[in-house]
Amino acid sequence: MAGTLAPDRAPGRRASKQVKAAVEEESLRTPALTAYLFLLPYLALFAVFVLAPVLWGIWISLHEWDFLLPGKPFVGLGNYTDLFDPSSTTSEPFLNGMKATLIFVVLSVPLLVALGLLLAVGLQGRYRGRNVFRALFFAPYVLGVAVVGLLWRYLLDPNVGVVNHFLGALGLQADYPWTTQLPWAWASLVIPTLWWTVGYNTVIFLAGLQDIPDELYEAAAIDGAGRWHQFLAVTLPGLRHVMVFVITITILASANVFGQPYIITQGQPGEETRTAIMEITELGLQQFDMGSASAMSTILTVVLLTVTALSFLLFGRRRA
Amino acid sequence: MRHIGSRTGTYLWLSLLGILFAAPLAWMISTSLKSPDEMANPDLNLLPREPTLESYDKILGQTQTPVFQWFVNSLLAATLQTVLILVTASMAAYALARMQFPGRRLMTALVLATLFVPPISLVIPNYVIVAGLGWLDSLTAVVVPGAAGAFGVFFLRQFFLSLPKELEEAAIIDGAGRFRVFWQVILPLSKPALATLALLSFLTNWNDFLWPLYVLFSPERLTLQPGLATLQSAYQTDYAAMMAGGVIASVPVLLLFLATQRFVVEGVSRSGLKG
Repeated sequence: MAGTLAPDRAPGRRASKQVKAAVEEESLRTPALTAYLFLLPYLALFAVFVLAPVLWGIWISLHEWDFLLPGKPFVGLGNYTDLFDPSSTTSEPFLNGMKATLIFVVLSVPLLVALGLLLAVGLQGRYRGRNVFRALFFAPYVLGVAVVGLLWRYLLDPNVGVVNHFLGALGLQADYPWTTQLPWAWASLVIPTLWWTVGYNTVIFLAGLQDIPDELYEAAAIDGAGRWHQFLAVTLPGLRHVMVFVITITILASANVFGQPYIITQGQPGEETRTAIMEITELGLQQFDMGSASAMSTILTVVLLTVTALSFLLFGRRRA
Repeated sequence: MRHIGSRTGTYLWLSLLGILFAAPLAWMISTSLKSPDEMANPDLNLLPREPTLESYDKILGQTQTPVFQWFVNSLLAATLQTVLILVTASMAAYALARMQFPGRRLMTALVLATLFVPPISLVIPNYVIVAGLGWLDSLTAVVVPGAAGAFGVFFLRQFFLSLPKELEEAAIIDGAGRFRVFWQVILPLSKPALATLALLSFLTNWNDFLWPLYVLFSPERLTLQPGLATLQSAYQTDYAAMMAGGVIASVPVLLLFLATQRFVVEGVSRSGLKG
């Protein structure tokens, strides 16, 4: 290798540059086998538990796939058309689950984004106690959904729950059937979710706020803008990209809701709060009709990937 | 600087919301320490009049709800999965970030693309795979498949790409092999990133609910989250018992979070891709 450097012709800086380039090339030119050995442990896991399942899930959805039965006849798109055929047994749970999921997304996402932003703006800047507040609002996020579910089921218990007790003490109605009747059941899913995960959005917004230069606020203040106008003219435009990102991940997270309705409302009243993922797991992992359940999850996946793709398009356009 | 005029107002509403956020946790701890007599009393006391560990005794003593065993299972599963992720993801991320080999771009694209695959689409086929491997109702089922997610590779690859190449080059000129460079140069430089990934991985596994709920069945094999869900049917309206279970499941992660707050929060905001 040293022979290619021609030291007498290119002394000093030039030579060291060449050495560097050669070394860099050398360091990149590791035998491919070494690279594959580094990759092997992860790729083995990835192939078996990510790549194969993605493809196999689609394959399963094309069969009448009962986990407990030996025969798994190919039915083409039959499982999919059944989901939209009112006379089939899988259609009602599917459409009900998608509807419940959509309602939960529509109710929860605006609140999760707005409160997340409000808290971030409140926590913006350097002052005493900022990190304490940030930790406090983020803390519920580190809890598991089972803890969150049990805790809120107790808080919202119509008879012994502290929420109704508190409302009664304020002289309001004290017997709201939070977990068992509409529209209260939706509140008993949205409020715990807000408490549990809004801190996550706050932290992302806070990171975005740090990237907005102070000079913009100073310029706006000199122009006589009050706090509200500064928020509209500086903060919101400065957060455009972060906003698209937060809205997207919040939609995805809310569309994947499972633990809250599983524990807090248990799908009640009737099947009103049974979400798509509850229907998929019930059908696939309890009744073992995995073909239909895989068709459902494939459709849900396509919907969620479309949401992701749309947000990428938005990202792209705004960056240009 | 820019909020001077309304600092007091900001403190005021942040404090009010802060109390609202802390109250459910305080109530959970307080309830878990109340006696059955006090629970039967319709007056709600913020603090237990005579704090007692009765509820903890009750749930820890039941063979039907072996909470202590669940705790051990959760600790084992989360620790093992975290180690598995750190080892496999750091090696793969290093190769993808710093080595040149045929298929590198394709592999990187393939692995990162799966970050966008919703987890639900993997649940049913993975159930069949895990059943085929004979892992149902075993800790392996909640340790291994979850370690295959692309997040760790994504996270560490970003970090490795940001490291200066000079140190590696120096080591290679000195004749070190790639594995020694990885072990003695890259990993020591990456301690903060590895610690953050370890924390996030541990929390994710500790809190996982849907997957263990379906792949574990025997009461003594459960982890805490699916186990807690069974407390509801085991204790009906005995909320003190359920809150004791909740405290056991959350105190370790809350303490871990308080001790490592900055790592967790900054890790989450830097990666923004978890959940």
